[in-house]
Amino acid sequence: MSSIVDARGLSCPQPVILTLNKIKELGKGRIEVLVDTDTSKENVSRAATSKGWEVKDIAPDGTGYRLTLNKP
Amino acid sequence: MRVKNVLASRWGIIAVGAFIGILAPVLQKLGNPGNMGICVACFERDIAGAIGIHRAAVVQYMRPEIIGFVLGALAAALIFKEFRPRAGSAPIVRFVLGVFAMIGALVFLGCPWRALLRLAGGDLNAILGLAGLIFGIWIGTLFLKGGYNLGRAEITYPSVGLLMPLIMLGFLALALIYPQITGEAKSGVLFYSVKGPGAMHAPLIISLVVGLAIGILAQQSRFCTMGAFRDLLLFGQTHLFGGIVALLVVAFITNYFLGQFHPGFAGQPVAHTLHVWNFAGMALAGLAFALAGGCPGRQLFLAGEGDGDAAVFVIGMIVGAAFAHNFGLASSPKGLGPHGIAAVFIGLVVCLFIGFTMRKKIA
Repeated sequence: MSSIVDARGLSCPQPVILTLNKIKELGKGRIEVLVDTDTSKENVSRAATSKGWEVKDIAPDGTGYRLTLNKP
Repeated sequence: MRVKNVLASRWGIIAVGAFIGILAPVLQKLGNPGNMGICVACFERDIAGAIGIHRAAVVQYMRPEIIGFVLGALAAALIFKEFRPRAGSAPIVRFVLGVFAMIGALVFLGCPWRALLRLAGGDLNAILGLAGLIFGIWIGTLFLKGGYNLGRAEITYPSVGLLMPLIMLGFLALALIYPQITGEAKSGVLFYSVKGPGAMHAPLIISLVVGLAIGILAQQSRFCTMGAFRDLLLFGQTHLFGGIVALLVVAFITNYFLGQFHPGFAGQPVAHTLHVWNFAGMALAGLAFALAGGCPGRQLFLAGEGDGDAAVFVIGMIVGAAFAHNFGLASSPKGLGPHGIAAVFIGLVVCLFIGFTMRKKIA
């Protein structure tokens, strides 16, 4: 069971803020983040990694990407 | 899709900052105004003068660097399949933020890029400007923490994302059809400066090529001066910060070797020494940039990769320059404009109004 953060259409730094809020809320587990620009993809990956989360997968999704973040 | 974008790495953004740090002082050496090798705010203001929406005679020139930034970013976005036409995230707010960002920047006399370049050229007044910039961005981060956002943009027609690059192509066409005539204040429909900063410029082709190169690299690296401070204050992240430190250090070294480093407060090129207003002008600009999500340079690169809302911010800045000069809000080396102080206060009130009232929860 994973939580979803829909950051599509949001400009900097909203995708990172939403992702970090979710990371803080869950502590560990699995989060799927939807973004629609390469900048957001990179920023969310960087922020998640800095909090000790692993970016397990980055898959194309519509015109953007679906990132799967994981912390066991 | 590429596996990895090298320019978006830590060393990538440092390299891009260093690249700008070399080229800006070189553009100054080739003719651009003092400590203004590149200034997004000043150059957009010069474009406003070139098309006659303000008539300050000393700041009128169709700056090819700005055109290059947008077209370079478009080229990079197309090559690397990052062109994403999008629009519709509170465009009127972005316009207003652009207007007041420009007014604040023109009270200080420079955008964040020029603040760094001024410091790298020895202009110590820039310290006050940078302090104000950081203060304004810090206020912005408080709003961001409180839930401020401008809502979602929507994916839209590719032609929407192409409009700003097409406007820039149109500007380039005008500059080529109506080139500067020595000693003349007008060529065809375009206005030119015969003296003052607007009369100082590197050769058109060099300015354009440098603009294109920076546009490509900055789009790929996501270089942003406002973001550098914002991410540091908001998340403790130093990624973007590496880029502006590289710009500052390399520009200082380049200036030093080109004989363009002259430390001091008084007599600096296109600058004044009113510390309070250097601080307050940039505080206003910094807050507006933070609320809009990017520094003036970044907004140009975003506009190039299809962001219609960033394009509206750019138009806001150009119109803001017209207000700034028509209403006597912009400073000059002689000091403040007659209504500069009033404009800073009105701008701060407007930005606070925007920050406090636009915090809808994102589902």
